[in-house]
Amino acid sequence: MADKDNGSKKVSRRKFLVKGGLGTIGVVAIGAYIFRNPIRRELLSFANSLEAPYVDNTDKPMVWFEVTTNNEILLHSPKMEMGQGTFTGIAQMAADELSVSMSQINVVHAASSTGNVDSFATGGSTSISGLWQPLRELAAMLRVMLIKEAARKMNVDSNQLTVEDGVISGNGKTLTYAQAAEGVENWEVPDVPDLKDIKEYKYIGRPVPRVDLDAKVYGDPIFGMDADMPGMLYGAVVRPSKIGSTFVSADISAAENMPGVVKIIVEDDFVGVVANSMIEAEHAKDAINVTWESFENLDTAAITKMMTVGNGNATTIQKNGAAFDEGDDFETLEFRSPIGAHAQIEPNGVVASVESDSATIKISTQVVSITRKEVAKRLGLDTEKVNIVPTYLGGGFGRRLHTPHAVQAAVMSKAVGKPVKYFFSRKEEFQHDMFRPPTHHIIKGKLNSEGLLDTLEHEFVSGDVATDSALIPNALTNFLGADVGAIRGGFIQYTAIPNFKTVYWHVELPFATSWWRSLGLLANTFAMESFIDEMALKANKNAVDFRLHQIGDEPIDKRLKNVIKAAAEKANYTEEVINGRAMGFAASIDANTPCAQVAEVSIVDNEIKVHKVTVAMDPGLAVNPDQIRAQCEGCVIMGMSAVLYEQMFVEDGELTPTIYGPYQMALMKNAPKEIDVVLLQGKDTPGAVGEPPLGPIGAAIANAVRRLTGQRLTELPLQLS
Amino acid sequence: MKISLTVNGELKTVEIADENTPLLWVIRDTLDLKGTKFGCGKAACGACTLHVDGEAVRSCSYPVKFAEGKKVTTIEGLGDRENPHPVQQAWIEEIVPQCGYCQPGFMMATAALLNKVPKPTDEDIDKNIINVCRCGTYYRMRKAIHKAANLQLEKENNQSKEL
Repeated sequence: MADKDNGSKKVSRRKFLVKGGLGTIGVVAIGAYIFRNPIRRELLSFANSLEAPYVDNTDKPMVWFEVTTNNEILLHSPKMEMGQGTFTGIAQMAADELSVSMSQINVVHAASSTGNVDSFATGGSTSISGLWQPLRELAAMLRVMLIKEAARKMNVDSNQLTVEDGVISGNGKTLTYAQAAEGVENWEVPDVPDLKDIKEYKYIGRPVPRVDLDAKVYGDPIFGMDADMPGMLYGAVVRPSKIGSTFVSADISAAENMPGVVKIIVEDDFVGVVANSMIEAEHAKDAINVTWESFENLDTAAITKMMTVGNGNATTIQKNGAAFDEGDDFETLEFRSPIGAHAQIEPNGVVASVESDSATIKISTQVVSITRKEVAKRLGLDTEKVNIVPTYLGGGFGRRLHTPHAVQAAVMSKAVGKPVKYFFSRKEEFQHDMFRPPTHHIIKGKLNSEGLLDTLEHEFVSGDVATDSALIPNALTNFLGADVGAIRGGFIQYTAIPNFKTVYWHVELPFATSWWRSLGLLANTFAMESFIDEMALKANKNAVDFRLHQIGDEPIDKRLKNVIKAAAEKANYTEEVINGRAMGFAASIDANTPCAQVAEVSIVDNEIKVHKVTVAMDPGLAVNPDQIRAQCEGCVIMGMSAVLYEQMFVEDGELTPTIYGPYQMALMKNAPKEIDVVLLQGKDTPGAVGEPPLGPIGAAIANAVRRLTGQRLTELPLQLS
Repeated sequence: MKISLTVNGELKTVEIADENTPLLWVIRDTLDLKGTKFGCGKAACGACTLHVDGEAVRSCSYPVKFAEGKKVTTIEGLGDRENPHPVQQAWIEEIVPQCGYCQPGFMMATAALLNKVPKPTDEDIDKNIINVCRCGTYYRMRKAIHKAANLQLEKENNQSKEL
């Protein structure tokens, strides 16, 4: 479904409004889009394959471009830059349609005062694919408008004019975009022009360097943690360490008179302190004695028991052919994945300045619109009066889809009448994360006489991902009866199997679980692709051939087959163990992007060592092949970190560990020395990139270990017995 | 109390209430050099790595009193756009950063390593570069570290020729 009209709705000419001739700003171009709800019968595929079109917020004008007097273009991005390279990709798209050079484009995060607010989020691997059509159309419209003004000023027919690097020439005359825009008050708004032929593009499709490279190499203050405001004070919020704690009372007497303390704020839902310095705020926070009411002391075993197939409510999300007959001769394997932390290096932080009738919030957020609405609601302000000024994100990974700290900082700022900066300690980050939920999977399969699968059934249980999230209306989750995040990657991709079924069980945990990069994909693919590998072994078939024989014939199936073949070929996939190294194979489809991986693994001192990973992926048209490679490399390493090392525990009602190290993650020494990426283009528009490569890595490693040791590892993190 | 230290070549005297304040916060909040990052506050991630007298130090757990009279170098003083340090040059050529938050710490750790081990092996890198990167840029970082070593050696050779 996702190949069709992916954001291809034409820009409405009526909504392309222009202001001009202001100060250093030559022209402000404005456009708007309306999100079309996916129709109901497509809702199920929504979770697994939607490449969402860009979703705007309002009918009101949205600032996209400014032409500056030094002939540069300022591009206000409604999508946040969190490392995924979106700023670079959209700069390429705008530069090509505007006929300017990359160095003439400056991308900034759109403050919500521009009106250019994304009502969804930066997430789901949708930024480039969603903006592909609308952004190029807007850029092309601006180019045509500037050429028309130049034609008037130069007294030359616009058909005789050409543009290069933002300079319009014809008939022996030249004019820069800035000169063309200067003083224009009434712009002629054209119909959406035809976009350039893809072969004409100078930047799209090429590995241009990241636009934020210098800022990130020279240590510029670009992150939320680096933001400040004049006269700013520091805040801190008291947080419980036990799961399920509710606030009873606070004794603030000791903290109130501590040095540097400006005010202690006791609200119904939090206790905060504002002080002159961060250190003083932290000291005072430690001196506040809060009484919490907590649950009984939970532990990991209790959580694991809760998180078992058969508990909660079941929803069949996929079914083909006959139901599984009990008593048939089938293979069964069970898999588990643990609670995972986001562990992004930049803690959540915010600077808020609240005045009598307005608020300004500087923050690393993936949800500008939600952050804005929540702050406005708490302060009793109109949404329009709250300006969210987004910063670069020191990692997103889904962690910044929840920003209650923005509300807390705003409340503290209002209480003291000054800007307040506040951020999480690392312990708070680990204990108050919105975790990747633990999962449990039971997979059953039966081979036919030809050694191919006759029947395949996957039942799995997960904590919430999308359920009760501010991002997805509950109506959608309820309609589906399944959590659209948890089931990501849960659909069986071997649709040539005559009988298959996928059942999702929903269990609510006593602590918050949520979006973690790729959502259910990591755990679901680990389980299913491990099981498929085991069945290939049982059938005595090559793991690659076994997969290829059971994939259907739809366009997405062909693309899946192509990445499987490409990965196997590039890696010289073999089932033999050579010099103590074995290969493991796995493949997945996420958000309409198929990806296959081969992991080359050995055992060193009874530990799993990943030497090389080959990735073949088909993200459609590659706007920036280098950044797609970077995302593949990053996903491989973040994924292997999650599947080999990472695990949160619950001890005496507390989530633990609370620091890097004890929360073990992949380091330089663990990362593969070779990551070989092959990109295929099975469709002519850009698709999802930032999450799909997280799918196969877990099973690829586990399948290599199976071939090396005979051990079928079924629990994450993978540990040899 | 007053503490004097040289930061990126400039002598600074700061008034500080608590001499045990981590150097990180003096650098970030008092001197407004935001390139050195806060990650964990427990010297566990390395985002706050800077140099004190040429040694890599995790400044979130380094009381400012120990920096008295010493030379501190931060990412802002390592190199700049006109004169990039070989490590920064290599980071640019390999397009290493993703989110970028941990990168100053890694670059400072790498620069300190190259001063001691001008041509590090993979094993040297594994043993010495132990910061945490969540985006998973280790693969490009390793390439960049080897490249930086070569760039630095070239630079030194050129300088010695000029002499």
